[in-house]
Amino acid sequence: MTTSQRLISAADVNQARQARYNSRKRVNQIALTLSLAAMAFGLFWLVWILWETVRLGVGGLNLALFTESTPPPNEAGGIANAIYGSLVMVFLATFVGTPIGIMAGIYLAEYDVRSWLASTTRFVNDILLSAPSIVIGLFVYAVVVARFKSFSAYAGIFALALIVIPVVIRTTENMLILVPASLREAAYALGTPKWRVITMVTLRAARAGVITGILLAVARIAGETAPLLFTALSNQFWNSDLSKPMASLPVTIFKFAMSPYENWQHLAWAGVFLITVAVLGLNILARVLTRQK
Amino acid sequence: MPSNLKNSPPGPSKITVRDLNFYYGKFHALKSINLDIPQNKVTAFIGPSGCGKSTLLRTFNRMFELYPEQRAEGQIVLDGENLLTTKQDVALVRAKIGMVFQKPTPFPMSIYDNIAFGVRLYENLSRSEMDERVEWALTKAALWNEVKDKLNQSGLSLSGGQQQRLCIARSVAVKPSVLLLDEPTSALDPISTGKVEELVHELKADYTIAIVTHNMQQAARCSDFTAYMYLGELIEFGDTEQIFFKPKRTETEDYITGRFG
Repeated sequence: MTTSQRLISAADVNQARQARYNSRKRVNQIALTLSLAAMAFGLFWLVWILWETVRLGVGGLNLALFTESTPPPNEAGGIANAIYGSLVMVFLATFVGTPIGIMAGIYLAEYDVRSWLASTTRFVNDILLSAPSIVIGLFVYAVVVARFKSFSAYAGIFALALIVIPVVIRTTENMLILVPASLREAAYALGTPKWRVITMVTLRAARAGVITGILLAVARIAGETAPLLFTALSNQFWNSDLSKPMASLPVTIFKFAMSPYENWQHLAWAGVFLITVAVLGLNILARVLTRQK
Repeated sequence: MPSNLKNSPPGPSKITVRDLNFYYGKFHALKSINLDIPQNKVTAFIGPSGCGKSTLLRTFNRMFELYPEQRAEGQIVLDGENLLTTKQDVALVRAKIGMVFQKPTPFPMSIYDNIAFGVRLYENLSRSEMDERVEWALTKAALWNEVKDKLNQSGLSLSGGQQQRLCIARSVAVKPSVLLLDEPTSALDPISTGKVEELVHELKADYTIAIVTHNMQQAARCSDFTAYMYLGELIEFGDTEQIFFKPKRTETEDYITGRFG
């Protein structure tokens, strides 16, 4: 053994090392180039979408957009009723869905981690999380709209809440699980009852993450069209009665963008711009909150 | 075995452990432990990793009950009552037995609220009484002078050593009768360690203290009694001086002199 070891000279070792190093460097360069190309490809479309949105949307921004309701074809007007409808329905859906989602998330993360009920709930929740939103829209149409024989903002809120709940459950559970066990133990060691450990210590420690989850859920439903199409429908006029059909930004955009009327198309682009800015803002806010953690 | 029966030091004992067995699922982690922890003294638990010293400490406040696959059998008697079978709520048991952990665990709230949190659970104090209690606890933990001007800042803003003293203050604030310290200085620098050790020395006037440590010098410096554990058994228990200078068992001597294994 020792003789064969001695036969390899220092120069040979260096040369072999250099060869291996060069080949690793080549592989690294190829991988880096491919990764950069993939990133550029993704960014290209994103930037293009943003650019077109701004280019076509900014022109439609004026005071009337926020003060007047949707006009008939070829007449001046705004999308105030759609903005109001979106704000109301998104707010109420979040208001209804968030507590349910947070409490269910607490149940899964803190109370019943390994039971049959919990793993079933988790599985069903994952299905709901990835369910196409049009399925949820049709479901609410069947159980609410068809039964009461009327499209309404209530039905729209119900459908949007069904989208919020699984998102909030998932993020709440994930964030609570990330809280170190030592922090929980420290709270229990003081003689703290369980509900107080959860509300005062673990939920507080996970606060930034849970809020981020809520914001992402809001961003998601703000742009949903399909669940509203069969539930809240739309409304050409200003309406604040939740039992009547209500306009919303996504549905108005959908309707107006497909129309042959130029003024409707301009309003649709302005609406697209507003939604994009709002969703972008929510995402940035979510980023800032998680970074603080 | 016979040595186990002589585990009764002179003076009144605060916690009496009889025939305690502990299981992590099927793993038998503590084997028939018999031990008397003397009142107002510091008892140190030493032994190699995995010997069961932390496990033993965690049976005293039933911390293991948070994990369904862990169970304890036997007797742990505090003030005449078996803690493992008592009808008392486990939260009340834990309020009597404070615990400080290896890593500092300040709650995500202000320094003041970190201390007041535990007190509020069992006492209804006025604002001024609470202020007094917070100052008292922080003074006991030798932290008052460093934080008195920033009580509203987050507990997480303190240094590691300060956080650990905050945790000690938090435990002391609820006025338990026993204080369990699970390797309280293993994440601290020597200066902070020194402060915590001084603290242990001062606190024993009011509390019965059990400390788990990997640091044998620490056990020698700040404890009155020492228990040496190995593979889930209590090998030897006695006066700290006797354990370190005249150990009765060769296993203890091997460990202490570094000839272990």
